Amino acid sequence: MLAEAGLAALWFAAALALLQLVLAGLGVWRSAKPALAHDVSTAEIMAAVRPVAVVQGALALAAMLLLIWVFARSDMSVLLVAQNSHSDKPMLYKVAGAWGNHEGSMLLWVTILGVAGAAVALLERSLDRRTLIATLGAQAAIALGFYAFLLFSSNPFARLNPAPADGNGLNPLLQDPGLAFHPPTLYIGYVGISIAFSFAVGAMITRDVGPAFARAMRPWVLGAWIFLTLGITAGSYWAYYELGWGGWWFWDPVENASLMPWLAATALLHSVSVLATRDGLRAWTLMLAVVAFSMSMLGTFLVRSGILTSVHAFAVDPTRGSFILALLAIYIGGALLLFALRVGTVKQGNTFDFVSREGALIANNLLLTVILGIVLIGTLYPIVAAGFGTQLSVGAPFFDKAAGPVALALVAVMAAGPMLRWRRDTAEAVLKRMTLPVAVTGIVLILVAMLGHVAVLPLLGLALAAGLAVASVAPLWMRNLRRTPLFTYGMVLAHLGIAVSLAGMACDTAFTQATLVAARVGVAQRVGPFTVTLDGIKPVIGPNWSALEARLSVRRGETGSVFYLRPQSRFFANPVTVTSESAIATRWDGQLYTVLGEPDGTGRWQLRLWWKPFVTLIWFGGALVALGGALSLLGRLLRARQGKLREGSA
Amino acid sequence: MKWLAILLLALAAPAFADSNQPPAPLANVQLKDPAKEAQAQALMLTLRCVVCQGQSIADSNAEMAGDMRSLVRTRIAAGESSQSIRDWLIARYGDYVSYDPPLSATTAPLWIAPLALLAIGAWLARASFKRRRSS
Repeated sequence: MLAEAGLAALWFAAALALLQLVLAGLGVWRSAKPALAHDVSTAEIMAAVRPVAVVQGALALAAMLLLIWVFARSDMSVLLVAQNSHSDKPMLYKVAGAWGNHEGSMLLWVTILGVAGAAVALLERSLDRRTLIATLGAQAAIALGFYAFLLFSSNPFARLNPAPADGNGLNPLLQDPGLAFHPPTLYIGYVGISIAFSFAVGAMITRDVGPAFARAMRPWVLGAWIFLTLGITAGSYWAYYELGWGGWWFWDPVENASLMPWLAATALLHSVSVLATRDGLRAWTLMLAVVAFSMSMLGTFLVRSGILTSVHAFAVDPTRGSFILALLAIYIGGALLLFALRVGTVKQGNTFDFVSREGALIANNLLLTVILGIVLIGTLYPIVAAGFGTQLSVGAPFFDKAAGPVALALVAVMAAGPMLRWRRDTAEAVLKRMTLPVAVTGIVLILVAMLGHVAVLPLLGLALAAGLAVASVAPLWMRNLRRTPLFTYGMVLAHLGIAVSLAGMACDTAFTQATLVAARVGVAQRVGPFTVTLDGIKPVIGPNWSALEARLSVRRGETGSVFYLRPQSRFFANPVTVTSESAIATRWDGQLYTVLGEPDGTGRWQLRLWWKPFVTLIWFGGALVALGGALSLLGRLLRARQGKLREGSA
Repeated sequence: MKWLAILLLALAAPAFADSNQPPAPLANVQLKDPAKEAQAQALMLTLRCVVCQGQSIADSNAEMAGDMRSLVRTRIAAGESSQSIRDWLIARYGDYVSYDPPLSATTAPLWIAPLALLAIGAWLARASFKRRRSS
């Protein structure tokens, strides 16, 4: 009964999305006609759009909650539950497992889309009314495609008769607290981008592109960007501790699929600022909104179509692939067509001096877009080549060589940007302000180079990270800290976060030490500053797995106190899988990463030990970036509210 | 409950590897010479485990990845250059095995694209700047 209720909610939500689209279209069309603009029914049609959007979001949410409910109850008469769940799983993974599969994750996607649309309808007050209605119409059009996809080719509520005694279980790699956090965060980011896109479409329809539009759009872009940042950071850490080889980024197509919208959103964030403050880069901002959304659609397509094999691609079904490809073509094609039709009437706006804050922001946009292009081409090239019958791989060496230098140039621009004045500045004055960061960069460069063994890319990374760290706090120098607006703190923190993260990446590449051994019980191994001894192996039993657990006694240096690490090799029966659970000791200056491998049959056990100095900075930096975004968002919202209060009292 | 654990573990043992063969000699053991090991490690990170889902042979549990690691270490220890090992593997498994696509007619667009993007982007951005001379 619950499953049928969920399906019904989904159908009603889809019908309301259609209604929302029709009402919004009609309203915007009528209000553009002078004869109809002041008609009472035009106002009534426009007034109906918001409530419809709210109810549509509520119904989608209800469907998602019902799906979670049938998963929590392990109702095996629902096909999706039987295929992807098992009654022996802990409750956390039953609930999170609701989106650990193709249909459920698409339902989560459309639910977040619906809820976000409802939020726009309820909360957005600053945008011009017609543009808002057009925005909600665009949002409904996107939702409609995904409802159709769910209902016609990926029904999450399909029944299975007769119901099996128990289900097939969830991929054990996904049975991790990360599953509860990583997909929803990333999806909120993806979908938030779709709202920025709908804003752009709305503004293109009503030809209302200017600072007011940019100020209304900015909080939504910021919000989406914060969640994308968190989602990527969390996903990277999850891969790091779960896969058991100490890697944190693999240039896997699925990772790239999340990186590309982030790059586009970062560029968009900065160009929206130029539009809001200086009324420039109008066409470019619209284009970036279209590109950012296209990238999140492409990401969904790459991951969900089954074109890639990965832990993220749950089901390989060609009809679904062509369905998503059709949606992709319709939305991106439609948006580009609208852009092409309207770009002639949208002036780019003000032009700027080369040496100015605006100039730096344009350079930021340019470099981010080039990196995006490199990642896009590197990701798609093997797929396209395979279509022509050539099998090739594009991985870390290509991205390092092609995107690495551009990224380092971007870091240099990032350091200089906030020190530049708006409108006009002089190169001499900038160089003078940059003395300290440049000096720090030079000193670190020389010190690290003297170590002798550090490769060029991590060497430059470390030096620029140090310079950027100094430069990014510069906007707070000589300022009254209590009167500095919150969004300035946000920018400082976000830029500092990038420096911190970059330093972590460079340290991991340059200084990681590995010890891979077949270890006998009682024999001490050395890795970095640690001595690690295998004390013994014992079996342990978990809720739905059994494992071999090693006890490693670890001592730092000659005098440190002994502590224990317990890496496991876990065996899952549903489905049959072996995973290695790394055991990690986190210290202020890095992590000791230990993994238990196979026995060799002569009483020795494979141990993999890594000492990774300052590797934690990678994710700490990511969290700082997101926190900076959150402060910025709060600052902007408070400023907007103050502005409104002042208007009210005047 | 304990007998169940032991039973499961007995079942689990063969599942650790794809076959019951012991791993290749240098699959999971480093070379004695740190410089050679670093060279081998750098090479392994750029070679694809051809039976895995987008992993390099340096981060894969698959038996085949272990065999390839052993091969890389053996050849590096024997003094062979990274490039000649890569070439040998490409001759055997095709370009697919290398994450570093070689520059050839089929991959030329891939390597030219970054420079082309930079040029096009700079040309587009030019429109946003004031012309100094005219003012």
